[in-house]
Amino acid sequence: MTYSTQSATILTQLNALAGAFFLLSTFGMVATRQVQGCLRFFVLQSLFLASSAVLLGLHPLSWHLIGVGIINFINKPIIIPWLLRRTISEEVYKRREITQALNIPISLLIALGLTISAYYLAAPLLQVGAGLPALVNLPIGVATLLLGAYILTVRREAVPQLLGLLAMENGAFFSSIAIAPELHLFVELVVAFDVLIAVFVIGVLTRAIHENIGTTNVGALATLREESTR
Amino acid sequence: MFARIVFNIVQVIVVMLFAPLLAGTVSRLKEIVQSKHGPSIFQPYRDIWKLFHKREYISEQSSWIFRFTPIIVFVTPIFVALLIPVLTSYPLFFAFMGDMLGGGFILALGGFFATLAAVDTGNPYGPMGASRTRLVGFLAEPVFMIVFFTVSFVAGSTIPYIVQQRWVNPISNFFEPTHILVMLAFYMLILAEGGRIPVDNPSGHFELAMIDESKALEYSGSAAALMKWGGEMKFFILICIFLNVLVTPWGLARTISVGQLAFAIPLVLAKVFLFVLTLVAVECSLAKLRLFRISEFLGAAFVISVAAMIAWVFAV
Repeated sequence: MTYSTQSATILTQLNALAGAFFLLSTFGMVATRQVQGCLRFFVLQSLFLASSAVLLGLHPLSWHLIGVGIINFINKPIIIPWLLRRTISEEVYKRREITQALNIPISLLIALGLTISAYYLAAPLLQVGAGLPALVNLPIGVATLLLGAYILTVRREAVPQLLGLLAMENGAFFSSIAIAPELHLFVELVVAFDVLIAVFVIGVLTRAIHENIGTTNVGALATLREESTR
Repeated sequence: MFARIVFNIVQVIVVMLFAPLLAGTVSRLKEIVQSKHGPSIFQPYRDIWKLFHKREYISEQSSWIFRFTPIIVFVTPIFVALLIPVLTSYPLFFAFMGDMLGGGFILALGGFFATLAAVDTGNPYGPMGASRTRLVGFLAEPVFMIVFFTVSFVAGSTIPYIVQQRWVNPISNFFEPTHILVMLAFYMLILAEGGRIPVDNPSGHFELAMIDESKALEYSGSAAALMKWGGEMKFFILICIFLNVLVTPWGLARTISVGQLAFAIPLVLAKVFLFVLTLVAVECSLAKLRLFRISEFLGAAFVISVAAMIAWVFAV
């Protein structure tokens, strides 16, 4: 075994490890009860996303993937939490428990089912002829996409819902760095700013909701009330 | 052949001798972190010695289960110590008598009898603790199963001596996602099965909050000593399985020689000490979970173990 193939196996191995932790932090987002814990798991997830991009960029050396990793490293773990801290008031931020439609053990079991089905969904896609990194990244990315959608559905609080949306985006990113590594860097930058704008808009919206009705439990906003006289 | 039998017995003696030291070290380190003075690390030996010299009282209402349980609780970890690698990296005389599942069943037998004995006397706190232990136990069982199945599936064997070679040979196997996830899940299991803090508080003396301790409340004298010693040995065995089979199979005796065996004892104890440091860090930084949150803790462990299985089955 030559040196370069050996380092390639180690890099693949490390990428698989980053993928496992990526999936695990998504499970953490499903399982945690606190807004702040959810945010921490999201930060961890983004860190593993960035490290996976860098690891994939190291072996067939591609500055482009390393650039993607760096953009993600700056954008998600640093700017987004800061932005959330700025836009959404401290009271919401420190709120301890998230109300949720299903309890947590059931959520975890559903999350497991979603993950396994994601592997089955990804299997025919992998047969088309994807490289070795896609073998790890594509199913995990699809699983995170589904889990993000699940978080979005089941949580009743505005901030965790936003984090579910971002987890979906992370999942799409995680598979895209393996199956479409030649995407232009400009596109990645646009996506990064898009995400920032989304966070900003939802943050401001949440703040407005909080100021109007005193809670961010958007699951309770079930009926539309018309106020004709103003 | 003869040497292997002797080594196997040495292994059991090491487990018996150092299990109370482990318990003493954990509690002493915890007291240091919490700025208390705390008893010496040899306190468990003194407790056991003292209990062996006290009179034993047995309720007239109790059946044979109550009398036999201390012996079963004491003997089952010894049987498991015959099966698993404690000091050597090659199989000893009894190693092929049972695999990891066999060891799990033997340990579960001790737990089963302890539960029965707690219900036996009609002490109000015993059945409560027993039912809670069962709650923890049946939530931990699927995690145990999946961890063992994954490990044996990856290694192609359920004999721990063969499994331990798989993770370090070659060394890049150590960083396999399956391995890391299995390690994480098993660590959480040790916390649950050993009655450590996120699940149970081992140093609490409030009967209503007890899970593991309340089963032995009715015992006195030498029976209490056996229960205590057996519990400490079970914890030591679990840590040995974790360290020597799953995490770091280094520092064990490689050939049949007395020198290597003697050298392996301090190395294994050093590994256990490092594990204890992580345990103390976990125990001092977390709070005990409410009873119905335990299912979330073990649910997370279950998810991690299944993720380990998925990572192996689908990715390779």
